[in-house]
Amino acid sequence: MIHDFGIVWSERALLLSGLANTTILSALAAIASLVLGFALTPALMSKHPAVSGIARTFVDGMRCVPFLLFAYIVYYGLPSLGVRLDNWTSGLMALIIYNAAYMAEILRGAWMAQPREPIEAGIAFGFSELKLFRRIILPPLLLSAGPVIGNQTIQIIKDSAFLTIIALPELTHAASSIQSRHYVPFAAFITAVFLYWGLCLVVEAGVNSVGRLAEARR
Amino acid sequence: MSGGDIASIFQGAVVTITLSLIGILIGLPIGLGLALLRWANVPVIARMVAVYVSILRATPLVTLLLLLFFALPNIGVPINPISAAILALVMNTSAFNCEVWRAALMNFPKDQYEAAQSVGMRASLRFRRIVLPQILRVSLPGLVNEMSLLIKVTPVLAVVGVVDITRAAVRIGAQTYEPLPPFLVAVALYAPIVFALVALQRWIERRQLATEAAA
Repeated sequence: MIHDFGIVWSERALLLSGLANTTILSALAAIASLVLGFALTPALMSKHPAVSGIARTFVDGMRCVPFLLFAYIVYYGLPSLGVRLDNWTSGLMALIIYNAAYMAEILRGAWMAQPREPIEAGIAFGFSELKLFRRIILPPLLLSAGPVIGNQTIQIIKDSAFLTIIALPELTHAASSIQSRHYVPFAAFITAVFLYWGLCLVVEAGVNSVGRLAEARR
Repeated sequence: MSGGDIASIFQGAVVTITLSLIGILIGLPIGLGLALLRWANVPVIARMVAVYVSILRATPLVTLLLLLFFALPNIGVPINPISAAILALVMNTSAFNCEVWRAALMNFPKDQYEAAQSVGMRASLRFRRIVLPQILRVSLPGLVNEMSLLIKVTPVLAVVGVVDITRAAVRIGAQTYEPLPPFLVAVALYAPIVFALVALQRWIERRQLATEAAA
């Protein structure tokens, strides 16, 4: 058994590059889907039934489809419509678009729960739309939605593992190739599990420090 | 895409639904058991459960499934794809269910428990008559949410060769060189299942709000 972990250690470069790819993929996807979610949230709450209807259909549609099926549609399905993407682009795009729907729903919930008074006070003080959003709406929104956004980020990390199926060289893929090369399944996959755990603990620690910041501001 | 192809996707749907149901039915009580171990603060075991839940919640189902499928035979436990799939689903969903149950247990009013103690109910009766009915009601929306999440991770089971909806669709796409039609059939199968669960969750929440307002 110790010997098996020795083999995994000798392949650490492969495993670390997998970890780096998972981290980059998840970080990019989390940031981009959060930004896209922010763009979608006003559409979800729009007074025009057509705009809110389209946004609602997209969000509910994404929430009803398994991520892996969506990734398959982007990777294998789009080429028959003439859009051909490599596995990195399609994997990242699938992660971003899919999770943007969840982020939009999270932000909408947090937005609805915000008190109206500061926003009205901001309007009364003559803040422009953009400034109102940036100074008055955004900070408490991010602080109150922080834990849920953190959870979704963990979800993104775990979703990124699915992309091993379209041969993206992330952490699970690295563990798989170590296991198939040396036949050390337990050592290879348990190491991957612990690396995922570590990654999620880092996200959780980040969320907790945001939470403390929110407490301190109150 | 022929009629036979569509039939094979429906066969995949039977596999998806059966495996999800088995996972849910076994995962629910195990999750409750784990939550109770933590709630009762059983020394050592409570900490172990906490670490187990934390690791399992951070582990992608693919990684867990590959670990079980390849490593168990390696240490002398033979396992076939279906049992590996069920084991992975149960381990995954019980960890998430544990957190839902635990949240309900933590918010359970202590005075009720003490009142039951003072009228002389035994621990098992206390749990069955006083605690369980109330935490079940509180946890229900969260548990239904976990069920819809469980169904959405089942396509991963294909990596060990389980032919579910997604796997059947990919196969047909590879045979006919037209992947989009079978994928759309697959979407049309998942969407109502997941949507039904989401609608159920919203309905339960609305009904509970209504009863609370009436009380």
